[in-house]
Amino acid sequence: MAQLHDVVIIGGGPAGYTAAIYAARANLAPLVAEGFAAGGQLMLTTDVENYPGFPEGVMGPELMQSFRAQAERFGATLVQSDVSRVDLSSRPFGVWLDDEEHRARSVIIATGASARWLGLPGETRLRGFGVSTCATCDGFFFKGKPMVVVGGGDSAMEEALFLARMAESVTIIHRRDEFRASRIMADRALANERIRVRWNAVVEDVLGAERVEAVRVRDVVTGATEDIPAAAMFVAIGHDPNTGLFAGQVELDEAGYVVTDGTRTSVEGVFACGDVQDTVYRQAITAAGSGCMAAMDAERWLEAQADENAHGAPARALATGKDG
Amino acid sequence: MADGLLEITADNFQGTVLENEKPVLVDFWAEWCGPCHMVAPVVEQIARERADSLVVGKLNVDEHAAIAQRYNVHGIPFLGLFENGRLARHAVGAMPKAQLERALGLS
Repeated sequence: MAQLHDVVIIGGGPAGYTAAIYAARANLAPLVAEGFAAGGQLMLTTDVENYPGFPEGVMGPELMQSFRAQAERFGATLVQSDVSRVDLSSRPFGVWLDDEEHRARSVIIATGASARWLGLPGETRLRGFGVSTCATCDGFFFKGKPMVVVGGGDSAMEEALFLARMAESVTIIHRRDEFRASRIMADRALANERIRVRWNAVVEDVLGAERVEAVRVRDVVTGATEDIPAAAMFVAIGHDPNTGLFAGQVELDEAGYVVTDGTRTSVEGVFACGDVQDTVYRQAITAAGSGCMAAMDAERWLEAQADENAHGAPARALATGKDG
Repeated sequence: MADGLLEITADNFQGTVLENEKPVLVDFWAEWCGPCHMVAPVVEQIARERADSLVVGKLNVDEHAAIAQRYNVHGIPFLGLFENGRLARHAVGAMPKAQLERALGLS
């Protein structure tokens, strides 16, 4: 017989761990499926400078380790297994960890988002040989060499600034004529003497037989192409929500984000928090905040269900103020 | 080093990896690499499950950069499967167990 849980939390990043802390403190004994990507995107960063409470900044992996320890301290069960499938049409819900079936009265989706790739053949072929989405992992291998960062947001600035410490030069390739990064990050990148910017340009191909040798860009204004010599290309063009598991089971928007009202999804008893449902903010602090909200919403929903059952009322949809 | 995992160094690389009768899975990693920590439990699980047929070790690229360079390692985690003294297959980046086993031809 599959084990029955009050709450199963899918995902181990700031949203999932915060939901776990709150759910555990509400005596819901949450099971957290962290997946192989435990810690989430913060595992790929270095200094996190905007998480309140750390005036000197904090390392991303260290911050996640603290979240995790705090969830464990209050009795959350953390497992690194991957969720192989979910069944949100039956009650209690079905969640399979690898191949082990678990049942859950409520589910919190906190699977986050993953780095987006450009989708070029050369990019796939040279991944691991100069093409990367993780500057902190792979910058080390290209010390003293020219590197390219693709993108114009905060992550692109962060990657460029990190790489500038070790690169001969860093060229940021951005398709528009201004960055969408925060002012402080953009200014820092622009002021760095090792960083230059190739505005209004898109990457057409990554060149090199066994490793990256150059990046071919096309100017979107003039149409001219140019090969920028580089030993590495770091892609920082944004993220896509990790919702493959839930397709066809909860409502997703066109970009694949879980559609939420507060943290409620289209399936009653299923909640979502963090980057998987956030099309606007996508910060560690907002993910953590929504993780807290999801746990409180789940707790209240479970209480309401228990009340109904105690009063022998027929199972019926709760008035949520919104259909589906 | 975690249970069942060997520490691969410049000193034992030849004997333990290249001259091993069994296939050897080498996890090229570094302390500062987040995805390396993510994939570590997956590698440990593979080591446990295949203890009879597969030797599994970890090589720190910070300490043994020359070996990483010899195999053109430019991104980590780099999981290399060595057979008969040759790098037969490899996978780069953190990924779930099933995907890693597929990439390495283990499944």
